[in-house]
Amino acid sequence: MNAARRWFLKECAQGIGKIALGSLISGGAIAGVSAKKPPIKPKAKNVIHLFMAGAPSQLDLFDYKPQLSKIEGKPIPPSVIGNQRYAFIRSDAAVLGPRFKFSKHGNSGIEIADTLPWLGKIADEVCIVKSMRTDQFNHAPAQIFFNTGFQQPGRPSIGSWVVYGLGSESHNLPAFVVMSTGSGISGGSACWSSGFLPGIHTGVRFRNQGDPILNISSPDGITSNMQRSSIDLIQDLNKLGSQKSFDPEILTRIDQYEMAFKLQTSAPELIDLKSESKQTFDLYGCDPDKPSFARACLLARRMIERGVRFINIYHEGWDAHSDVQGNCRNNCKITDQASSALVMDLKQRGMLDDTLVIWGGEFGRTPMVETSQALGRSLGRDHHPQAFSLWMAGGGIKRGATYGETDELGFHIIKDPVHVRDLHATILHLLGFDHETFSYNLQGLDFKLTGVEHASIVKGILS
Amino acid sequence: MRIIPLSKMIIMPFIVLILVTPFTRAVEIDFNRQIRPILSENCFQCHGPDQTHRKGNYRLDTKEGIFAVGKSGSKNILVRDAKNSEFFHRIEATDQAIMPPIKSGKKLNADQIKLIQQWINEGANYGEHWAFVAPKSSAVPAVTNKQWIKNPIDAFVLNKLDLNNIKPSPQASKEILIRRLTLDLIGLPPSLKEVDDFLRDDSPEAYEKIVDRLLASSQYGERMAMQWLDYARFADSNGFQTDSSRSMWPWRDWVINAYNKNMPFDQFTIEQIAGDMLPNATKSQIIATGFNRNHRLNGEGGLIAEEWRIENVIDRVDTTSQTWLGLTIACARCHDHKYDPISQKEFYQFFALFNNLHESGTLAGNKTGGNTDPVEEIELPLQSEESLKIQLAIKEQEALILKLDGKVDDLIKEWEPTFKAKTKSTDNVWIPLTPINVKSEGGAKFSKLSDGSYLAAGKNPPNDVYTIISPISKGSFSAILLECFPDPSLPNQSLGRFSNGNFVLSKIEAELSSPSLKSPLKISFNKAIADYSQKGWDITNVVGNDSSKGWAVDGPTRRDNTKAMFVSPQLVDIPENATIKISLSHQALSQHNIGRFRIAISSVPGELITLNGIQIPLNVTKIIDIDIQKRSVQQKEELRKYFKTSSFNEYKVASDKLVMLKNNLSESKKNIPGVMVMKEGPVRDTFMLIRGEYDKKGPKVVSGLPSVLPPLPKDKPMNRLGLAYWMADSSNPLTSRVWVNRMWEKFFGYGLVRTSENFGAQSEFPTHPELLDWLATKFVSLNWDMKAMQKLVVMSSVYQQSSNLNPTLLNIDPENRLLARGSRLRLSGETLRDQALSASGLLVNKTGGPSVRPYMPEGVWDETSRYGDLRNYKNDKGEALYRRTMYTIWKRTAAPPTMLLFDAPNREACSVKRSRTNTPLQALALLNEVTYVEAARKLAEKMIREGGNTPDDKLITGFRIVTGRRPDASELAILLKGFHKDYAEFKLKPENAKRFTSLGESPLANTMDIFELAAFTLSANILLNLDEVVNRE
Repeated sequence: MNAARRWFLKECAQGIGKIALGSLISGGAIAGVSAKKPPIKPKAKNVIHLFMAGAPSQLDLFDYKPQLSKIEGKPIPPSVIGNQRYAFIRSDAAVLGPRFKFSKHGNSGIEIADTLPWLGKIADEVCIVKSMRTDQFNHAPAQIFFNTGFQQPGRPSIGSWVVYGLGSESHNLPAFVVMSTGSGISGGSACWSSGFLPGIHTGVRFRNQGDPILNISSPDGITSNMQRSSIDLIQDLNKLGSQKSFDPEILTRIDQYEMAFKLQTSAPELIDLKSESKQTFDLYGCDPDKPSFARACLLARRMIERGVRFINIYHEGWDAHSDVQGNCRNNCKITDQASSALVMDLKQRGMLDDTLVIWGGEFGRTPMVETSQALGRSLGRDHHPQAFSLWMAGGGIKRGATYGETDELGFHIIKDPVHVRDLHATILHLLGFDHETFSYNLQGLDFKLTGVEHASIVKGILS
Repeated sequence: MRIIPLSKMIIMPFIVLILVTPFTRAVEIDFNRQIRPILSENCFQCHGPDQTHRKGNYRLDTKEGIFAVGKSGSKNILVRDAKNSEFFHRIEATDQAIMPPIKSGKKLNADQIKLIQQWINEGANYGEHWAFVAPKSSAVPAVTNKQWIKNPIDAFVLNKLDLNNIKPSPQASKEILIRRLTLDLIGLPPSLKEVDDFLRDDSPEAYEKIVDRLLASSQYGERMAMQWLDYARFADSNGFQTDSSRSMWPWRDWVINAYNKNMPFDQFTIEQIAGDMLPNATKSQIIATGFNRNHRLNGEGGLIAEEWRIENVIDRVDTTSQTWLGLTIACARCHDHKYDPISQKEFYQFFALFNNLHESGTLAGNKTGGNTDPVEEIELPLQSEESLKIQLAIKEQEALILKLDGKVDDLIKEWEPTFKAKTKSTDNVWIPLTPINVKSEGGAKFSKLSDGSYLAAGKNPPNDVYTIISPISKGSFSAILLECFPDPSLPNQSLGRFSNGNFVLSKIEAELSSPSLKSPLKISFNKAIADYSQKGWDITNVVGNDSSKGWAVDGPTRRDNTKAMFVSPQLVDIPENATIKISLSHQALSQHNIGRFRIAISSVPGELITLNGIQIPLNVTKIIDIDIQKRSVQQKEELRKYFKTSSFNEYKVASDKLVMLKNNLSESKKNIPGVMVMKEGPVRDTFMLIRGEYDKKGPKVVSGLPSVLPPLPKDKPMNRLGLAYWMADSSNPLTSRVWVNRMWEKFFGYGLVRTSENFGAQSEFPTHPELLDWLATKFVSLNWDMKAMQKLVVMSSVYQQSSNLNPTLLNIDPENRLLARGSRLRLSGETLRDQALSASGLLVNKTGGPSVRPYMPEGVWDETSRYGDLRNYKNDKGEALYRRTMYTIWKRTAAPPTMLLFDAPNREACSVKRSRTNTPLQALALLNEVTYVEAARKLAEKMIREGGNTPDDKLITGFRIVTGRRPDASELAILLKGFHKDYAEFKLKPENAKRFTSLGESPLANTMDIFELAAFTLSANILLNLDEVVNRE
């Protein structure tokens, strides 16, 4: 049996998924896939990515451009727009000023739109990056690009890379969890796919209805005790089998069923919010019995407490081709309090230093107005990949800061551009990886999250 | 940190293995096997085929390059003199001079450096990359144990075992053999009878008989197609944002059928790549080309079509080259290939072969689903019958109208007086209802606002129905007006209750009740008009018959008052003290319920009514006031026109019917299955794309093939058809090797080339190169006969070995590279489900047809899909629940969850290899998913019915059904203990037994003792989870 075990452990130590239990791993029997040390000293251990799908309007939320109000209604100068193409608007469309008042917040005096009052309260915790850019300007490819570094489905998502590299801290929960609220996600499951990495690194969806994880409940009429004794019988029979075939994989299967049973208790425990105080519910603005973005944020905190490594919460609904003001107001109402509460809550529990929180969408929105009688649109904004904003907080991120600048119309970046790839390199860096060498060999080729193009760590946002 | 996957690291133990055996010590280093992989992995990135990024103008991927003169003026590698070779100095260096450079993150280990030293000192032999050299059939080697040799495969394997002093494993038991064979060849377990027959058959041909039976079975084609569907990225949806439906199943059926007919692989290749270009191509040959239309199609609003057309073409290049050549040609999209001799220019020359399809780059029916041109229609016999019927009815109707045309002036004379009377009516056109009750079936709450409108709040159920009950005053009724308003309390401050502010009204119904009416009178509507309809969601859907369609209003982007009216074909008399009950249904999309509405009714005849009141064209009003005799010719003509098209009468009824028939005809045409196919158009100019970007054109190129591979056969054209012939030509060194290797992988878990997905420079050297080449040449000499090749393998002793391990074997060869034992493999997700269905007797054996919807949670796709026609998942009923898993509908952006759990690719792109992981989520699926619980119940019924009299016998039977063998005493004891415990438990809680046995839609065998059934169901559930059952041994 020694050889079997040895072979087994060696493979796992190399990070191979073949016999690993994947993103659901026991810390005991199978060493290599429980928490692993990254090659560089990390600043963060966990990530919560609040993905604002549909693309929030940076010009109405973060990147204040009074000049837009001054020339509102006039066409954008052709010298600015160049030959950029847009999904729906013409390049000579008129400029639209910011739809909200902006105020300065905190000691840092960061300017934030008044429709984000809660973000204002944590202004001194966050770093707003105003100079993000991406290569994609349609939702599905842009969301997939933001998550995987490639516009077509098929590459591993950043969450999969991270759990592949770092293993799991949890003994009985998945390492990579995906939740969503709102109306569906354009990029689909490619956004949390493990691509060519072993399938066990795929994000596990926590569903809003029914079982939080598919098949987690025992069948109707079967009590937990009965399922436990069924599993015991399976284990006994498999142990007999392993004496015959001597296949080390049977030991894996035995662990697999133990883990499955643990998950059956740990997942319901996780989503049972009884132990949370009213104060906490009030902080998040969360109804414990109703699926919502706020509830997902609270669950995310509970997951981090229980060792989940990487969490995606998708909120879809920011695609404001019409009435960008109403859209921002609605979506801020849904997300602002809970997102900020999450940061506050992590902080008060001493977990913010280890946890990187990211809030943002797949691209930005145009300084120009989108209006279309045919499509029934007015006072909206189109997709804008050249410049957009997002905020980050926690694990290794500078506090109370802004980074990067756009021109006076918010059209182009004029200082410190941050490409999505640069952000990827930075996230990996914070977690203890060098994006240049953190790779996976497939078909004989070394694949990296940041691909073959140049990417650099954004030092200016690091604490 | 760099993580080395399995395929790379397994080189090491093997090298150790051959070094320690006395025989191999004497063997010279083999460049291809031992040196090229090291160079490719560590050096080619900068010193390989990529001309643009090559450093120091030094390359190591060619013979000339390796032995070139370096900067120092002498050769970089001095044959037999490693010590003085610059090349060796650099890899050995410990300072800045070290190669590969530190920043590359690559590093040679001591063993590798030693190997290179030995190689140089032995004379630095060189060979072209093995996979690019045509295979030669090697002589079958001599071996010690001749009895073991059933065919040459055994000789190649045993020869290597002999060299390593290892004995092959004994033959597996008959029970294991028949289960292994049946699962491998048809993807299903053997039946108990098949096992028994085999056990009884002592003839020497017993085994071969089974092989032949399985290869002739219609399920063989399904098993083979499973793999091919992964390669071909086959799916039932278009992918991307809307991920709406498409119909490619006729292509899938073509594949199954081709395998079942044992179509030779060269023909199989040619028809799929270019069947449309064959002279006098048959329908079947055209359908075959669906292979290269299985890629995704993007239809997102505002996309640039050309960008996505280019992606389609690149996908074809990638899929075709991976599938047939095992090459990563697509790596050369942006730059010359880093490892293989394929330049960027050659990539675009290959691209040019797929570039002549008439396609736009976007898709038809983005949200509604459907196929995108070019499409081949496949009319089924039943359908042509139906369309014939409709065509006949159309002819009759046209004749009738012609007749009416002849007497149109008489008809007008009859109609005019009543019409005139109606136009004089001055009643208020739309009268608001004052409902006494407004209710939601799904539990929404309504509040009445000051303007008489009702606002929904609270619960927003999936498909709500609103009922409005109101008194209605005596007189006549003709139409309903439905006004919808935006409200700040609604999502997106728009009109609907769905989270994006939209609604979809699918149906409106009304009925009258009154003391004088015996039963409520149903009112029908045949006309619907709205002041706004969303594209694809027209108001007319509300009066149609399809509840999956309806009226929507672009709620996400448009927030204006919107109204619609529904008109009854005739005036309805309203008796005294009547009430009207109106219901509004929202069946089309989940939660798309109306947010705020108001209802009014009218008594003005339908033909005169508009959304805003009575409307008769001014000219008509004038004309009817003129005496008939005094009207001018032109006026008469105008009136005729109005009569025919705008006002209800005999003529209008007839012409409306004609329109309806014509609609029916086109609707029935729509239901004719089609399949997207290749169709060669005029040759498009192809340009190199700088960095692979669609709008950065480089030099123009013409079609061509990679120069490292043999040229096009002489008599073939340089187009897609020529490519197809070239692919299937015996001179192609890759096609046959790639195929036999993947076949080997199917039977043994790993290919002879472990990197079955890549045969380029970064591939792993074959474990048995001579055997690989022998098989590849055999395949060609057998005229690409796929069944014959598989028979050859399964007839070998190698295949029939037991898969049991022992400590010695595990120590020497943990990964079974020497093939001293059979393989033990976890079954695929498809096979696991098929096995459970088959063991339980639920499996419906029917080949082909549209994809089916087995059990998945209702609306399983809605959380990931915002648009498209595939929302609102509901499982089918009846047989469709129990078809083989390969027929399960495959939505790309949310593939069947259980299949993904078991490592199925998502079919977004070509995938030629699946991993085999074991995760807790898999265990949960097998334990708890309704499919498996229901299968366990049906298996339990079988055990009870056919398994004998005692619980022991029944459990033995169950055990045999799933494993093929009898349990031994200790195994049986464990099962029995469990059974008795569960039985007692269920007896205590009868309710649990009832609930557990009622899972799944198949009827319960109610003649059975429910406690016994429940307890055996749990036993069967355990059986289906045994490692031995989840694996094929």
